Amino acid sequence: MISLYDYELSGNCYKVRLLLHWLGLEYTRIPVDFHPGREHQSPAFLDTVNPLGQLPVLQDGDFRLRDAQAILVYLASQYDTDQYWYPSDARVRGNITLWLTVAEQLNHTAAAARLQRSFGYAGDSAACQQGANAVLRQLDDQLAEQHFQGRHWLAAEHPTIADIACFPYSALAGEAGLDLIGFPALRQWIDAMRHQPGFITMPGILAVRFAKMLT
Amino acid sequence: MLCITPAMAFCTDDPNMRNEWLTVGSARNLHGSSAQRPQTARLLGENLALWTGPDGLPVCHGPQGPLAVRQHCGYLWVCCGSTPTRPLFVLPESTDPARRLVDCGGIGVATSGLRVVENFLDMGHFPFVHAGTLGQLPHTEVLPYRVEIDPHSDEILATGCQFYQPRASASADTGLMAQYRYRVMQPLCAALYKSSPGRPGAQDVIALMVQPLDEENAIAHCLLVYFEDQLSDAALISFQQAIFGQDKPILENQRPRRLPLDGPLETHMRCDLASVTYRRWLKGRGMVFGVHAPTAAAP
Repeated sequence: MISLYDYELSGNCYKVRLLLHWLGLEYTRIPVDFHPGREHQSPAFLDTVNPLGQLPVLQDGDFRLRDAQAILVYLASQYDTDQYWYPSDARVRGNITLWLTVAEQLNHTAAAARLQRSFGYAGDSAACQQGANAVLRQLDDQLAEQHFQGRHWLAAEHPTIADIACFPYSALAGEAGLDLIGFPALRQWIDAMRHQPGFITMPGILAVRFAKMLT
Repeated sequence: MLCITPAMAFCTDDPNMRNEWLTVGSARNLHGSSAQRPQTARLLGENLALWTGPDGLPVCHGPQGPLAVRQHCGYLWVCCGSTPTRPLFVLPESTDPARRLVDCGGIGVATSGLRVVENFLDMGHFPFVHAGTLGQLPHTEVLPYRVEIDPHSDEILATGCQFYQPRASASADTGLMAQYRYRVMQPLCAALYKSSPGRPGAQDVIALMVQPLDEENAIAHCLLVYFEDQLSDAALISFQQAIFGQDKPILENQRPRRLPLDGPLETHMRCDLASVTYRRWLKGRGMVFGVHAPTAAAP
């Protein structure tokens, strides 16, 4: 039995929901009042769920795991028998791990700027945006390079947990006050993600069907 | 007493904003504050300092000294001018002991606060932006409803609104024709009354209170005044924030960011009667702040 300590507007929670959905796994969602209640910083949450006070947290039977990137690795390793999302090939795994760390860099830059602009968090928004642009540049360069070799994904011939990990805060760049106009390969990749069969969205990322009606 | 230096405080002279009670968020934010450790809030382009005074009442200082501040419906309200022209709106449901008040928190949105209120009044976008909850294709029709301005309170009232909703609230498990009624109490405050699930004839209230940071940036605060007694605060907040999170990118992509009150930029249909009335009502008040000022046409 899988449970997810979840916050609807969190890109890190969303990436776990997206993989759970693609793996066809049933789970119980435990909504956490991240904003405005700061429940993730409450003594009860720190004592019994995650002493770091972060979301998401996954509970699978007696196994508990924090950190979105770690949860993606666990879920794909445990439940994806086809090894589609986390292939066992050594080079692919090396590359996936590289992009999982880039996803973590997005947390400290693009996600932080979004927290400041949308949720009133304190911080240097301009510095976070500058940092985010450097990370988005890495992603755009990699995707452009892949494109020239006839590939469209970060680490393999098809999307993997590397793409899932980097997707939310790239697609939510607008809410961080960032403009993706200078990142054409990244924009194409975001669009390709949204067109994957069975894709589900989160608030702030437009559903494909609706986006088509706008254009 | 704070030092007074800036010649021009606040980013607008519009009396509709300067002489109005404007919210700066939940009164809970003042817990643990003091004159030495005030909370800060941004309003009309300035930073305000707020704290709980020795008498337990809120205190607010702006760039030129103390400002009138009061607590209402669990939120703090500040007047950035000398005198509020109108009293704060009344929300009798907020003191009904059978209901619970849930503050859903403020969410920043990069557009004019007037656009946030207008979006709140719009039912036409439900099946497109809130598919699966507040609307569902192909149920796109907005049935005729009435809009009037109350001669006593000068509030806008939209009544007889109804819309097919597959999941009208966090506790709804079947689709229904939701019955709606709207009030616009102040340019940046509106309330929605909608059928309360499981309580025939009763209506829950959702109040939207917008904090204007400047002409093109706002914080949308949402208060639930609900009969609901099963779900946790977290579940109710999650549902409400998901709805607003869907509105946010739509709002932030609207151009111009400031609301045009008339002219050729936007075209309305019959379903937009509430919006048209809101724009006329703002125009009648001489609203300038957050309003798109058309540039003179080339000769």
